[in-house]
Amino acid sequence: MAVSGDEAQAVRRELTVQVQKQLGGGAKSDAPMQLDVQLKISAGFTILFGPSGAGKTTVLDCIAGLQEPDSGRIAVDDVSLFDSEKAVDLPARDRHVGYLFQTLALFPHMTVRQNIEYGIARVSPSERHARSSEIAESFGIAGLFDRRPAKISGGERQRVALARALVTRPRALLLDEPLTALDAVTKGRILDDLRRWNDCHAVPILYVTHQREEVHALGNRVMVLDAGKLIADGTPHEVLSHPQFESVAQLAGFENILECSVVGAHPEDGTMTCRVAGTGMSLEVPLSRVDTARPVRVGIRAGDILVATSRPQGLSARNVIPGTIVWLRQQDVTVIAEVDCGIRIVVHLTLGARDSLGLVAGKQLWLVIKTYSCHILQ
Amino acid sequence: MIFQALALTLELAVLVSVILMAIGLPLGYWLASSRWRGKFVVEAIVSLPIVLPPTVLGFYVLVAIGPLSPVGRWYHSVTGGSLAFTFRGLVLGSVIYSLPFAVQPIAAAFASVDRKLINASATLGASRWRTFWRVMLPLGFPGVLTGFVLSFAHTLGEFGVVLMIGGNIPGATQTVSILIYDQVQALNYAIANRTALLLLGICFTLLAVLYGLRRNGKWGMWGWQ
Repeated sequence: MAVSGDEAQAVRRELTVQVQKQLGGGAKSDAPMQLDVQLKISAGFTILFGPSGAGKTTVLDCIAGLQEPDSGRIAVDDVSLFDSEKAVDLPARDRHVGYLFQTLALFPHMTVRQNIEYGIARVSPSERHARSSEIAESFGIAGLFDRRPAKISGGERQRVALARALVTRPRALLLDEPLTALDAVTKGRILDDLRRWNDCHAVPILYVTHQREEVHALGNRVMVLDAGKLIADGTPHEVLSHPQFESVAQLAGFENILECSVVGAHPEDGTMTCRVAGTGMSLEVPLSRVDTARPVRVGIRAGDILVATSRPQGLSARNVIPGTIVWLRQQDVTVIAEVDCGIRIVVHLTLGARDSLGLVAGKQLWLVIKTYSCHILQ
Repeated sequence: MIFQALALTLELAVLVSVILMAIGLPLGYWLASSRWRGKFVVEAIVSLPIVLPPTVLGFYVLVAIGPLSPVGRWYHSVTGGSLAFTFRGLVLGSVIYSLPFAVQPIAAAFASVDRKLINASATLGASRWRTFWRVMLPLGFPGVLTGFVLSFAHTLGEFGVVLMIGGNIPGATQTVSILIYDQVQALNYAIANRTALLLLGICFTLLAVLYGLRRNGKWGMWGWQ
């Protein structure tokens, strides 16, 4: 046990994926889409982020051996799992890739212990017992051993499914939005347990999600998949704070994406002036090497916008825009307001701000937007 | 007389339903998981006995096992006997006749097992064989039991095929349903009535137990739902 654990620690595995696959256009009415993905991920968390239908689950299925790519190569270190050129296509059962499904897929007719031990049937009973007990201990589910999945909570089921995948000591781990349904606290604890496990096993973990909160919580590295292609790759901060692509911007939470044309550049100030299409409204945005003849898109987060009930004075912010509240809506502890400034702009406020400023529909106010809150998108 | 026929009928039904499990489990598994384009042909063939008159089926089986056919000649050369008008011939005919009643519920049960569970089993390193025994069979068990009970009950009550293949030989091929027919022909209504009542009671009890177990559409006795 101890020996194999040390070996696992010594090896930092690397997962190479290069997959082409034609999707859709079959029985489903989806438009055909070409999945074309190349990625190389090392030990630790890598997030595969993207809207539903981008092909994320297909990528995981191809790695696990549940779907066959049209062409490409999938390997963990030097071991080819799939290689269309060399006609290698290991069946899923021989790939040793752990896969946590969105639906978890726990066996309903088995107890927690039977579920966890399902993948290690070939080791001796005493070692099997030791391994399942050890992993159950570290995931805090040892007390549930004799229960069936239907009799435990949602968070416990996630832990069991994770333990069932990890106890087999996979070469790589695939997680398909497994924690989406959980509250933040439970989710955080499970992720801590998983991180701790991977500190000593050092396998590549590919974590699929379409929730941006998870991207910030997890990531060393995030890759964005859209319509079958990888369009961004970097740290969560790099990818989400300064998105270069509109689809990333929408995912990264730019509630406002404005079509603009550049009307003047001010290299001495480090800014340029944009006219928002269809309005007389202009915005000061960071200077970038955008061709002035072409339209640009500017993304602004709803939470980055300040509001004032009278025209503010003496501000560093360059953009002060008058408008009228069209509507206000409360969602959880956030107030969402839509403000008509010639173009509709969405603003996020706190409950306290709404009440102390007496904001109601029809009220006149000023929006304050810093230059660096305006992001130029490609 | 009644009990001789009843014993023979039960023996036939047990043998046929056991043999049908041996055929129905792999065939049902294949029908549930195969993506072969020609699968519908197999499905149609398996279902034929439901719509064909038993006399048609019985006639073809009789011809096929007769002394002039290749099957009949082969069987004679191996065993020195004949299948026609024997208990073994009856077993063969009944297996074909009750095939859909075993295969269809089994195939439906396997097809309804969540695909994700089968995938999960594969990613956990299990062979197809192990996935079948540990996942598909336990989860499809209600359908397998239905297939077993239906083929058993259906064999108990069959008439046309038995008459065509087996004739009416007490102790060898005379089943309960043939005995009833025989007694009615001889105007022995009292015996016919008792025999008919017995068969009705057995079949009702079997089906009542089966549907009682399947109550609520869930498999209560397993307790995992």
